[in-house]
Amino acid sequence: MHEFTQQIVNGLSLGAIYALIALGYTMVYGIIKLINFAHGDIMMVGAFVGYFSLTLLGTNIFVAMVTAMLTCAVLGVLIEKIAYRPLRNSTRIAALITAIGVSLFLEYTVIFLLGPSQKVFPASAFPLKAYNVGGLSILNKDVFVFVSAVVLMLILQYIIKWTKTGKAMRAVSLDREAALLMGISVDKTISITFAIGSALAAAAGVMVGVYYNTVNPLMGIIPGLKAFVAAVLGGIGIIPGAMVGGFVMGILETMVSGYGNSLYRDAVAFGVLILILLIKPSGIFGEDTGEKV
Amino acid sequence: MKVGRRVAMLVIMLFLLGIVAGCGGGAQQTGEKAGDTADTINVGINVELSGGVASYGTNARDGAILAIEEINKAGGVLGKQIKPIERDCKSIADEAMSVSAALISENIVAQIGPLTSGNVAGSTPIMMENKVPLIAPAATAANVTVDDKTGKTKDYIFRVCFIDPFQGTLMAQFAADNLNAKNAVIYCDNSSDYGKGLAQYFEKTFTEKGGVILAKEGFVKDDRDFRATLTKIKSLNPDFIYVPGYYQEVAPLIKQARELGITVPIGGCDGWDSPDMVSVAGPEALNNTYFTNHYSSQDKDPKVVKFVEAFKAKYNKDPDAFAALGYDSVQIMVQGLKDAGEADPVKLKEALEKIKDFEGVTGKMSIDDQHNPVKAGVIIEFKDGKQVMNTRIQP
Repeated sequence: MHEFTQQIVNGLSLGAIYALIALGYTMVYGIIKLINFAHGDIMMVGAFVGYFSLTLLGTNIFVAMVTAMLTCAVLGVLIEKIAYRPLRNSTRIAALITAIGVSLFLEYTVIFLLGPSQKVFPASAFPLKAYNVGGLSILNKDVFVFVSAVVLMLILQYIIKWTKTGKAMRAVSLDREAALLMGISVDKTISITFAIGSALAAAAGVMVGVYYNTVNPLMGIIPGLKAFVAAVLGGIGIIPGAMVGGFVMGILETMVSGYGNSLYRDAVAFGVLILILLIKPSGIFGEDTGEKV
Repeated sequence: MKVGRRVAMLVIMLFLLGIVAGCGGGAQQTGEKAGDTADTINVGINVELSGGVASYGTNARDGAILAIEEINKAGGVLGKQIKPIERDCKSIADEAMSVSAALISENIVAQIGPLTSGNVAGSTPIMMENKVPLIAPAATAANVTVDDKTGKTKDYIFRVCFIDPFQGTLMAQFAADNLNAKNAVIYCDNSSDYGKGLAQYFEKTFTEKGGVILAKEGFVKDDRDFRATLTKIKSLNPDFIYVPGYYQEVAPLIKQARELGITVPIGGCDGWDSPDMVSVAGPEALNNTYFTNHYSSQDKDPKVVKFVEAFKAKYNKDPDAFAALGYDSVQIMVQGLKDAGEADPVKLKEALEKIKDFEGVTGKMSIDDQHNPVKAGVIIEFKDGKQVMNTRIQP
């Protein structure tokens, strides 16, 4: 029982990171029906911005996180403007291939600029404390990752449900042309969506940096893919689905490693993707419209 | 017509035969020349002095030259001085081959180097063809001395370093004898032959010594989250955890293990040997962790102390494992020459095959029938972020 609770704690921290990345995937998909494969790499850029903010500017972790989020918000908007906007009315496969191109561009630009080796997140940025709760080892970084993820998700939920911008986002997602006719600036709304999604990824990147205390230029690939699975699992385009999907993936992976065979962890993660696509392609929270996917 | 063709064939065959015989004769002649007429014994040093692994080659060369100078000062071997012929193979396998060809034409009795397994493989065919022994200081891949397909030993290829998986044997011995571990968990890098091979040898030796392997877990390259598996390992309560892998994954793994409250000793291999270990895992988490390596310059063995002093005096730097292995390569060759009684490459090869209990600076070694040395390794311990030699393990 004790071991089980510990595994749940492990799974929740991992899941919080997946959920944050999955949110960006799902928001972008919801609004322009594009799977933004560069999303994991935006997370990587966020992690590096956080790293340089901590080491070069000597800021604390919260300032580093905000810096990373702002930088990546701008980066996300730029990527959308340069790479995706000109293709908005072309086929979806063209946009998808472009997304893969952007992903490789980000990875290898960072390798070109900073070299391929890993950088060590300064330990002083986040002094570790362990709390012993009834025999459970809970670290302050677990709490940090989990709480900041939940806070960011609540803020996101607020923006989408209660603000004018959020209303515009939902409207564009529902029917772009109708939204345009109602006087909503579609371009601006899409830009804001990319900004918010990329900022969340950057936050996740800084969390990965704190949690695993290394960053490297290819660090976004695997978490990006797992978060994509999480987004599909919850129902791509559906925001609460991405959160639930992220946590389910985190806990699932932890349980497979903890009680099954650690080598089947990734196989299970991607097996889930295949099963979902076969059985309920619209995901846990998706409605069966019969024509999606 | 028919007869004409036959005659033509005969002429061609005779011509070919002439070439083959000529080659054979030539090789014999060079052998005799090296042994009988020359007043020096030529030794080829074919190492990586430039390119990707230039630091390996340079250090091994320095070690080898030091050994040759010491021997020459002490009167040489078989009454002759050793003449090193130094060539750069530029860290390229093809270049290693052409360098070997050039060295053989200078009547070398043996070649020291190259350093990496790939470059040794480049040089191998021409050494085998001309029947001149190659002594590899640091090529650790199993197929350097043994043909992958046929399982046959490559006659003229020797090495003075142990093969990778052998480190598993050493660590199992250390865990069972020095740490008194009764049971252990293996958590290995399953994405590399290196990790898997070490795990296999560890398991074999550890169980032979009466230990119990409680569980075998694996991770893959680029994994960063090990907490789930570590939580499982913690509940098994092992005496020892063996983690053969590279530092990129091992460092966060150890950090996470200590965070979860796993305090038992953790052991590994030379893939751990990187400054990143300390910066990622932190000095505190690394306490009570050990890894195997070829050699340590901190060794208190008089032979090693003498070597380190001489090396420092000549080059003004600490000798690393490559320097020590380069030094031993020359020493074992000299031992072979003494045993053979003459400077003949073929007789040298036969003598090298029979070497037993040769005392090198990297430990006592005997050459087995696959031309791998059975030899000692060192255990290095992390103490507050510093690498400290713990002990030398003799198999």
